[in-house]
Amino acid sequence: MKNFNGKVLFLDRADINTDEIIPAKYLTEISREALEPYLLEDLELDGFNQGMDLANKSVIITKDNFGCGSSREHAPWALDANGINLVIAENFARIFKQNMFNCGMLAVEFSSEIIGKIFRLFAGRSTDLETDMKRMIITIKSDEHQEEFPFSISDFDLALVEAGGWLSYADSNY
Amino acid sequence: MGKTVAEKIFASHIIDNPSGDINVIRLDAVFCHEITTPGAINDLVNRGKDRVFDPSKIKAVIDHVTPAKDSKTALQGKILRNWARRHKIEDFFDIGRNGVCHAIFPEKGFVRPGYTIIMGDSHTCTHGAFGAFAAGVGTTDLEVGILKGVCAFHYPVTIKINITGKLMPGVYAKDVILSIISMLGVNGATNRVIEFAGPVIDLMSMEARMTICNMAVEAGATCGICSPDMTTVEYLWEFIQDEFGSKEKALDKYSQFAADPDAEYDRIIDHDVSKLEPQMTFGYKPDLVKNVQEMEGTKIDQVYIGSCTNGRIEDLRVVAEIMKGNLISDSVRCIISPATPQVYQKAMEEGLLKIFMDAGVCLTNPTCGACLGMSNGVLAEGEVCASTTNRNFNGRMGKGGMVHLMSPATAAASAIAGKIQIPETKPVPEEYNEKF
Ligand code: SF4
Repeated sequence: MKNFNGKVLFLDRADINTDEIIPAKYLTEISREALEPYLLEDLELDGFNQGMDLANKSVIITKDNFGCGSSREHAPWALDANGINLVIAENFARIFKQNMFNCGMLAVEFSSEIIGKIFRLFAGRSTDLETDMKRMIITIKSDEHQEEFPFSISDFDLALVEAGGWLSYADSNY
Repeated sequence: MGKTVAEKIFASHIIDNPSGDINVIRLDAVFCHEITTPGAINDLVNRGKDRVFDPSKIKAVIDHVTPAKDSKTALQGKILRNWARRHKIEDFFDIGRNGVCHAIFPEKGFVRPGYTIIMGDSHTCTHGAFGAFAAGVGTTDLEVGILKGVCAFHYPVTIKINITGKLMPGVYAKDVILSIISMLGVNGATNRVIEFAGPVIDLMSMEARMTICNMAVEAGATCGICSPDMTTVEYLWEFIQDEFGSKEKALDKYSQFAADPDAEYDRIIDHDVSKLEPQMTFGYKPDLVKNVQEMEGTKIDQVYIGSCTNGRIEDLRVVAEIMKGNLISDSVRCIISPATPQVYQKAMEEGLLKIFMDAGVCLTNPTCGACLGMSNGVLAEGEVCASTTNRNFNGRMGKGGMVHLMSPATAAASAIAGKIQIPETKPVPEEYNEKF
């Protein structure tokens, strides 16, 4: 199973699409690692600095409809290549979410109230996150504050995370 | 209790129910192109599982960047080509025979009512126009599809859009779907199937239905679906005549996949299009839609006509009627990419290519081209394109470029005016009106 802990990058915007996550011109890269420098290169977000803001981050917390647009699995691959295996959002575009679990990565949905609260308490501060897959609890902490957030994913998605992705799962089941 | 189209298809394809509403379904076809398939092929090779579940059910095409524009795209084509040869995939369309995936596969008769289809491409929803369940997936789903012929989906919950009224002249399928996306929003149909129904759909050609279903994903939908009917049978007839012998028999079989009148929907939306005017997008999301009239006069630098949304012969006929005897404004450039070789050929036979060339159009080979900003018409920073494609995300056609989505008629009128222009309506002449 992948690691779902580490420093948080906050992206305060809805509808971040896959062209922003990884621009189409890099789809000619065949190795996943080669995508590393281009993650979020075209993100439309005031004050976002790709180089500085991405450094050492392992988790993204964002708003509504993350990952809309094309079916490119290059989007989760580019995240993975940057050591980001967990995205938390109000909700996800279907294909993006499926791609995350298919890669053994984690996409967690919280209500807009909870996302709002997390942004209020933690955005703009150095924030760490830990995921307890057994208890299904995410703990978020900054210097000033710490809070636990229970989460749920479907049994199937959990099985994919545990199997390390859909290919391994399907190969042993079908 | 009645069933929706997608429910009927699922009923005959489910092979497992691993948890909750997750269903693993058997696939009738897996479509592949050179951008998302090489990653799947390489991964299968690395895992020592370089196999395909059934070469006759796999269809592949090089379409996104073709002919290759550089060494990297050449390598993607090469990986797909070698793989197709290695596994004896007969329906592989290489340079010279290739066209945009969602236009060429239906044209070859590969999509049938009741089919389940996946492809590593979000606009796979196009094929729902035939009463099939067709969904875009990522590379891992594609990989499993290639290896095992299965894919996992949530049980299909369906939104029905009942399209009523009569379209005004100058208003087309593209305007209808833009108005629907504007109404639903970019995630208004996430994890839902959209069933397009009603008298307006019933009267539409298969090509127009494909334009509608093509953009279902722009509202977040898994698939856009139309119930199969006689129009579907007519379109497929050359491929199915030996199987059925008569059109009535084909219709009889395919009608089993039509929605039941008492099917249960998540919601039903009535959409009267009688007063609908030509529509276009104005921002970086496909649900930001206005009447073309409000945008008239907006500066443009390029006009792009093509893609899996609007690069078919009916689209080119509409464009030709507007361009005939006119010149493209010298303040813009206009690029037309017929979606498939067959479309290209028909356009040649019907004299449309001459009209385009006389008008000063740059005509390209069949390809996705500028649609995804990788070749054949990438925009410079700050440039604006009037486009018949389906996506206007920031950077889609080139970094810093703006794409306005619209119908082929509006795009053609704008090319002549040199700025956004509402199409003056000219009926397509009788001789074009062969039934598809
Ligand atoms: S024409 Fe555009 S939207 Fe259609 S498959 Fe090609 S790149 Fe995708």
